[in-house]
Amino acid sequence: MTTMRQHLRSLLSGRAAVIGMPYLWLLVFFLLPFLIVARISVSEMQNVTFKDLIVFKDGLLQLTLKFSTYQFIGDDALYIDTYLRSLKYAAVTTLFCLAIGYPFAYFMARAKTTVQPALLMLVMLPFWTSFLLRVYAWKGLLSEGGWVEQLIVGSGLGQLLFQAGLTETAGRLMNTPFSLVLGMTYTYLPFMVLPLYANLAKMDLRLLEAATDLGASAWVAFWTITVPLSKAGIIAGSMLVFIPCVGEFVIPELLGGPSTLMIGRVMWDEFFSNNDWPMAASLAVVMVLLVIVPLAIFNKYQAEAQEGQK
Amino acid sequence: MNAATINRWFGRSWLGAGYLFLYLPIAALVLYSFNDSPLPNVWRGFTLKWYAALAVDEELLAGLWLSLKVAFMTACGSVVLGTMAAFSLVKYKRFTGRTMFSGMVNAPLVMPEVVIGLSLLLMLVSVQRAMGFPERGQMTIWFGHMLVGMAYATVVIQARLHDLNPQLEEAAMDLGARPHQVFFLVTLPMITQSMLAAWLLTFTLSLDDVVLSAFLSGPGSTTMPLVIFSRARLGLNPSVNAVATIIVVLVAIGVVVASYLIARAERQRMLEMAAANRA
Repeated sequence: MTTMRQHLRSLLSGRAAVIGMPYLWLLVFFLLPFLIVARISVSEMQNVTFKDLIVFKDGLLQLTLKFSTYQFIGDDALYIDTYLRSLKYAAVTTLFCLAIGYPFAYFMARAKTTVQPALLMLVMLPFWTSFLLRVYAWKGLLSEGGWVEQLIVGSGLGQLLFQAGLTETAGRLMNTPFSLVLGMTYTYLPFMVLPLYANLAKMDLRLLEAATDLGASAWVAFWTITVPLSKAGIIAGSMLVFIPCVGEFVIPELLGGPSTLMIGRVMWDEFFSNNDWPMAASLAVVMVLLVIVPLAIFNKYQAEAQEGQK
Repeated sequence: MNAATINRWFGRSWLGAGYLFLYLPIAALVLYSFNDSPLPNVWRGFTLKWYAALAVDEELLAGLWLSLKVAFMTACGSVVLGTMAAFSLVKYKRFTGRTMFSGMVNAPLVMPEVVIGLSLLLMLVSVQRAMGFPERGQMTIWFGHMLVGMAYATVVIQARLHDLNPQLEEAAMDLGARPHQVFFLVTLPMITQSMLAAWLLTFTLSLDDVVLSAFLSGPGSTTMPLVIFSRARLGLNPSVNAVATIIVVLVAIGVVVASYLIARAERQRMLEMAAANRA
C-alpha cells in the first residue's frame, strides 16, 4: 500500500520525467490531432470555423454529429474505387518488394561475414540519398524516347506490359500503372530488405545443417526451415511497405497517371483545392480505419521483437 | 557444376542485378546533370551550366537553408525524445499506459504522411484560433518532422539499449552511483554511436520530407524538397539533377567516412577489451 507521499514522490522522480516527456509529446502531437480530425470529420463548417458539436441553448443540450461526409464517401463510387485502388497498388508493390527483396536479403545474409557490412552500406546509401530525387530520376529514365523505353519495347516486354493492362499503349511507359508500381517498388525496396536481412543474418545455420543431415535437399530445407523462421522479418518488411504505400502521395503524383488515382492525392485535393476540411478529415479517418489491422499486426511484431531480443 | 556453385552464382547475379536496379537512377541523375541539353535522352555534350545556374537560384538556395535549419533542429530534438522513449521502453517494464505508449511511438513509422500532416495541421489551426499562436512556418514544420523523427530514433536507440550488458550498470549502482549518474556516466557513452546514427537518420528524413512540409509550411517557409517537387511536377529540369548530384556526392562521402570511422572505433574497442581481459 503506497502512501500519498510515496505517490507524490514517484510522480516527481526522474523516472516520471523520462517517461513523461515523450509520452506528453506523443499525446499532444499524435493522439490529440487524431481526435481533432475525428471531431472535424463530423462537424459542420460555418464560414471558416466549425460549429460546436455540443450546444446548450434554452435549457436544451444538443449534440450534433454530421455524418454526411461519411455517407458521401460510401455513396460515391469515386471514393470507394480510389480506396480499393490504393490498397491494390500497395499490395502489388509489397509483393514485388518481397519477390525482389527476399532473395536479395537472403544472399546478403549468406555472403562472407567480412563482406556483409559493405553490402549493407551499399543498400543503405540510396536510402540516405533523397527519395524525391530518385523518383524524379525515374521520371527522366522512363520518359519518351529514352533508352529504357527502347530497351523495353525492343525486347518485346512492351507488348507484354500492354497485354497485362499495365500501360495504355505499347510504347509509352510514363504515367502508367507500370511506372507507378516500378517507382513505389524501387523506393520501398530498402524497407523490405533491411528487416529481412536483420532476421536472416541472425538465423542459426546449424538448423539447416541438421536438415541436410536428415536427408532434406537444399530446396526443401529452404521452404520448411528458412522461410518459416524468417516470418517475423517478412511481416515487418511487408508492413513497412504496405501501410505507407496506401497513403503515398509523391510517387503517384510524379510517376502515376490519371488511371492511377490514389487516396493520398484525393485527400490532398480535398484539403488544398476544395478547402473541404470535413471531407478531408473523413477521408483520413477512413484511411486510418483501413490500415488499423496491418498497423496492429506491425505493433504486435515490434513488441514481440523487443521481448525476443531479451 | 554442383548445386553449391549454381547457388553462389545465382546469388551473385541476383545481388548484382539488385544493386544495379538501386543505383541506376542515381547514376542517371549524376550523368545527366552534366548534359548540355534540357532533355535527358539526348546527349549533347559536357557542361557545367546547370551548376552555375544553381549558384544564383535564389528560391532553391533559400529552401536549402531552411531545410538545413529544420533538419538540424529535428535531428537534435528527435534524438533527445527518442533516447528518453527508448530508455522508458527498455528499462521500465511496467508503467501505466505502456501499451498505448509503445503503440504511439511505433505508429508514425508507418502511418501515411498525408494522415499525419493533415491531423497535425488541423490541430495547429485549432490551437492557433484559440491561443493566437503558433504561426505556420518553421516551427510547425519542425514539430511535424520531430514526430516522425522520434519514431525512427526510438527504434534505432532501443535496439542498441537492448543489446547492452546490464551488468555494467548494475556494477555502477553497486559502487554507489545514483540513477542519473549511471545514465550519464555509463549508459550514455555506450549508446553514443546509435544516437549518432539516429541523428543522421532523422536529419536525412527531415531534409527529404515533402508531404509533412507541404501541410505544415506557411508563406515564406518553403523547404527545398517542396521547391524541387513543384519543379518536378511541371516537368524535367536539369538544375534539379545538379542539386541531386551534389547531395549524392556529399552523402556518399559522409556514409563512407562514417563507415570507416565506425569500423575503426569497433576494432579499437575490440583491442581494448582483449587487453583488459588479458590484464
